[in-house]
Amino acid sequence: MSGTRNQCAMPTHIPNYGPIEPFMGAHKAAEGSAKLFASLDAALDALGAHSGMTVSFHHHFREGDLIVNMVLEALARRGLRDLSLAPSSLSSVHAPLIDFIKDGTIRRIRTSGLRGPLADAISAGLMDEPILIQSHGGRARAIDGGELVIDLAVLGVPSCDERGNASGAFGRSACGSLGYAMVDARNAKKVLLLSEEIVPYPLAPASIRQDYVDAIVAIDSVGDPSGIGKGATRMTRDPRELLIAGNAAAAISAAGVIRQGFSLQTGSGGASLAVVRFLREMMVERGVKASFALGGITSQLVRLLEEGLVGALFDVQSFDLDAARSLASNPGHREMDASYYANPGLKGCAVDALDVVVLSAMEVDLELNVNVITGSDGVIRGASGGHCDTAAGAALTVVVAPLLRGRLPSVVDRVTTIVTPGESVDLLVTDRGIAVNPRRPELAESLRGAGLPVRDIDWLKRLAESYTGIPRPLEFDDRAIALVEYRDGTIIDLIRRPKGLSR
Amino acid sequence: MKLRRSMLYVPGNAPSMLRDAHIYGPDSLMFDLEDAVSPREKDAARHLVFRALKDYDYEGVERVVRINGLDTPHGLEDIAAVVAGGVDAVRLPKTDGPEDIAEVERAVEAAEKRFKREPGSVKLIAAIETARGILAVKEIASASPRLIAIAIGAEDFVTDMHTSRSADGVELLTARSLLVMAARAAGIMALDTVYSSLGDEEGFIRELRLAKQLGFDGKSVIHPSQIALTHAVFMPSADELAKARRIVAAAAEAEAKGSGVVALDGKMIDKPIVERALRALALAGEASS
Repeated sequence: MSGTRNQCAMPTHIPNYGPIEPFMGAHKAAEGSAKLFASLDAALDALGAHSGMTVSFHHHFREGDLIVNMVLEALARRGLRDLSLAPSSLSSVHAPLIDFIKDGTIRRIRTSGLRGPLADAISAGLMDEPILIQSHGGRARAIDGGELVIDLAVLGVPSCDERGNASGAFGRSACGSLGYAMVDARNAKKVLLLSEEIVPYPLAPASIRQDYVDAIVAIDSVGDPSGIGKGATRMTRDPRELLIAGNAAAAISAAGVIRQGFSLQTGSGGASLAVVRFLREMMVERGVKASFALGGITSQLVRLLEEGLVGALFDVQSFDLDAARSLASNPGHREMDASYYANPGLKGCAVDALDVVVLSAMEVDLELNVNVITGSDGVIRGASGGHCDTAAGAALTVVVAPLLRGRLPSVVDRVTTIVTPGESVDLLVTDRGIAVNPRRPELAESLRGAGLPVRDIDWLKRLAESYTGIPRPLEFDDRAIALVEYRDGTIIDLIRRPKGLSR
Repeated sequence: MKLRRSMLYVPGNAPSMLRDAHIYGPDSLMFDLEDAVSPREKDAARHLVFRALKDYDYEGVERVVRINGLDTPHGLEDIAAVVAGGVDAVRLPKTDGPEDIAEVERAVEAAEKRFKREPGSVKLIAAIETARGILAVKEIASASPRLIAIAIGAEDFVTDMHTSRSADGVELLTARSLLVMAARAAGIMALDTVYSSLGDEEGFIRELRLAKQLGFDGKSVIHPSQIALTHAVFMPSADELAKARRIVAAAAEAEAKGSGVVALDGKMIDKPIVERALRALALAGEASS
């Protein structure tokens, strides 16, 4: 039976209320399996994949990712052109995209980072349009704020149910948090899940919820587990990295940060991850507990949580399988999406509550500007990540770097590319001394008082040059190959094509 | 007082390690031209070490170079290069008797003259690595006014003794004891051998404690991670330090009063106890008054 007896009598306009839509009959709920498609092509048909659309991906499978290449191949086969690619990041495994750029399938890219052959080719001028480098917080801001409209988000997941509840914490290819993908799922016009495992409804807790998901395709493999993550991130044994980490921890202590309930984040990179070890020793010794730790989560931070030395972990990306396991089992280990983490456009984000962040750097200059994106040859080989987000948010921003890398100084007159502005950096900790931002004289005083080797940044630069000589400046041509966006959407720097690299 | 709690080995053929090994905070650096360097690389390593001594600022950390023996084709050239480079001390390997020291001393003296360095400014350290050497340790220890320390090299020694190294070091006990005794008699320092099981922190600390108890002044280390542990063991405890400060203060007071007798808490303090207290303060980096 459809309709009701009230139907005919229902007016379409009610005085003092306005127009209404009369009830026309109950809709039967769609079958649970209505979202399941037999093949990627069938799903792309149903979702209306078209030329010129913006398609997004996440990078939670890191160097093990199979999704981006697989989907681009399918889109190219359909003859689609002029696609905008908006992955949360790209890596060395994405070299096959070079061909899809050459044949016109891909026209535009925005990403946090880029490495390997694809980065080399783009640095050499492969694309007509410069790519856009975004921070993790900046990307979330653009998506949640409606500036970046995603037509189709293709999100690889280790497991989901047939209604589209998905998680990264379970399954053969568990990658832990799906923090970057959650923002895409929430905002994209269409969301397609590619899942390695379809489990019975309901999968809970879900990182990506059924109410955002349009279609699901089961695939054999989302990624190569060896590239997704190691069992546990090993603590570096490099004495230089340990020396830098120890100095950084001592500086953090001298700055008075290690007090009951403080909060911390450490970035990727040997020295910056190793800081956790030294902070842990100080916390145990002084009976101090941290309230929370943020960001990319490693086994060292999981250990702090399990030992009760930190109250909660907020995980936007799990760096190893220990972290993925902990996320699946420890209620104190919480998943957070990229907006909650670092979006500067909303009413608050987690990085703003950080007492201290420790970040790596490829180059730092006399104004403490930091480059984490271009190498000493001007070629892109890194990622913006959460660098500028956390630097802006944290009360104390510590950048760690060895004074020299091989034959190259890390402290330079002017960084090749600015990703994080020096005004948001407080300390540069090297193996030869610590430079303090001149805006923080009280900090320099505390460090000196603790007997730490505080040096002028210019002194560090001259020391580096005493070993290496002064490198000849790189030469670039006028062609911009990438724009570097600051987290608020403004452009902080351009990456030009290094001379001699033109194709 | 110059401390030699830790002497960090740095292979002479590793430019990146030669550049700034002092940043790990050892009391002395020892650039190695001998066992760490294969015969094919001896000349290159010698040149690298020469340049390192000339060019790099080690911020006051003592620079020692272990040369090849004078019975090899490299020894004399090593001495000339490192003296020219400005080395603080030359370490001889496999010293079997005072004549080995005399031979090196002649070469060092000639090099000092040739490269216009102050006569006698280059010091010597002798490593003893054989039974013969241990039996001659008394003569070795007083063979030259340039000699500032003698060291035991355990690997070669136990091979020479037809034995091997054990956890408690019983096979080295006599040799270590004789070496420390000879050093004390000659008024120079005694340095213990390396501990090469890098992963075994517990074993390393055990050996450090043994060396300290036997009277050694320090130990050769092969990795920066061993430096802090070494200094921690050779560092006097907080209690020892507190007591030492009081003893030294009492001695100063007695001296000011012109009294020959030092008393503390109603007890007389002997001269050796005052000396030990001064040493403890020096080890902790506290200047004694």
